[in-house]
Amino acid sequence: MNVSAPRESADVVVIGAGIIGACCALELARAGRSVVVVDRGAIASGTTRSGEGNLLVSDKLPGPELDLAVASNVMWQQLADELATDFELEHKGGLVVARSEADAVALRALGLQQQAAGIRCEPLQPDQLRSFEPELTADAVLGMSYPDDAQVQPMRACAAILRAAAERGVDIRLHAAVQDLRRDTTGAISGVVTSNGTIATACAVNATGPWANELAALAGSSIPVAPRRGFVLVTEPAAALIRHKVYSTSYVDDVGSDEAGARLSPVVEGTRAGTILIGSSRERIGFDRTVDMAIVRRMAAEAMALFPALGRLNIIRVYGGFRPASADHLPLIGWDTRVEGLLHATGHEGAGIGLAPATGQLVAALVAGVSPVVDPAPFAPARFATVAA
Amino acid sequence: MTEPSGADGSFTFTFDGVPVRGVPGQAIGAALLVAGIRSVRRTPGGSERGMFCGMGVCFDCIVLVDRSTVRSCVTSASPGLVVSRLDGGAHADR
Repeated sequence: MNVSAPRESADVVVIGAGIIGACCALELARAGRSVVVVDRGAIASGTTRSGEGNLLVSDKLPGPELDLAVASNVMWQQLADELATDFELEHKGGLVVARSEADAVALRALGLQQQAAGIRCEPLQPDQLRSFEPELTADAVLGMSYPDDAQVQPMRACAAILRAAAERGVDIRLHAAVQDLRRDTTGAISGVVTSNGTIATACAVNATGPWANELAALAGSSIPVAPRRGFVLVTEPAAALIRHKVYSTSYVDDVGSDEAGARLSPVVEGTRAGTILIGSSRERIGFDRTVDMAIVRRMAAEAMALFPALGRLNIIRVYGGFRPASADHLPLIGWDTRVEGLLHATGHEGAGIGLAPATGQLVAALVAGVSPVVDPAPFAPARFATVAA
Repeated sequence: MTEPSGADGSFTFTFDGVPVRGVPGQAIGAALLVAGIRSVRRTPGGSERGMFCGMGVCFDCIVLVDRSTVRSCVTSASPGLVVSRLDGGAHADR
């Protein structure tokens, strides 16, 4: 790894050393930019370490987010092939389960829409489900298999990508909290002031996840991104019980919901370590980290309804964190409408790991002024400009 | 099969059929370590696991006793106890 002196100035300062910041830094470096990454904490210490590392196409309706996911999944495979460090990319495949006739009708319709958009999926009848996912509840009416759903170990992936960025000369400064965004007389970004030095730059990338609005405020702007809390339950290690990422049809509705109260839908999967991860909860409750045992119990009960055999296992840990939720459930990737030189890359909610590589490429293309692989228009923060003004 | 107790109160239990010596109050995991057995199971991903935190928190050292999983670091060994490995099973890495 190249070790270079800390930079006093850079073409771009990426704020946030999570998965989004890491992918932005790597793509910017590949495009020939000089880059400094700053973070107030450690690598992957925010939302990146709080989830399961999903790379999902199954939970997305046809549209810009699905396009971003498809582009990203291709890039994830390239990263796995290129980078020196293994980050456990696993093509485990997703299985969505309907447990009522009404849900089955909706699931069938969703599958047809996704197939029309080029997503591979296949309906599975109860008898097929028994061999596809043997421990699944017998009351499943219909399953939909998505072979392109995959998973990575998000902290390993983030570190591997940052290492690759560092090898291309990116300066990574951890435990450097951003205190101010400096602006010149025209109001454009001119520097990033951190607790560990100031870096002169004309471009700052806001990759601070659920804290993105606080960061924007330092430059006198605001964006509609707020934390949406989620917990993950971890079981003791078990012999392989669950083969795919399995979730109930209610998950797709929950992702798109706007309720402030807790929304729960079971998402269950095994890991290579043998533990089983159980999600998911969604709450708008600010940055409150207190574990809510009532929610944990409900999550466990819902997971057991999908997989009765889980009742034999102990829960050994609960972790949680905050998804960066945008007001319309689409990421914000693009230039701030008020502050020249401020580029946002946030608002991916629970899909940030999956969407990170294409987000990085989009950001690098916007900085270079070239056209990206995916149409950037639907993600432009400008869509909120009239609301925010 | 229960071996006769030693003069120091020591006894024998089995780990995957192999006799292991224990003393009263000793945890299964501690007795295994004394016997030089560091790996107690394999993950579905194929890695070896043994005692890690040694205080009941990490669940890495779980073993099978009477058809249920127990943490070997906080479960006492006893004469004739039948302990088995908890290996990952058929779910290979794909």
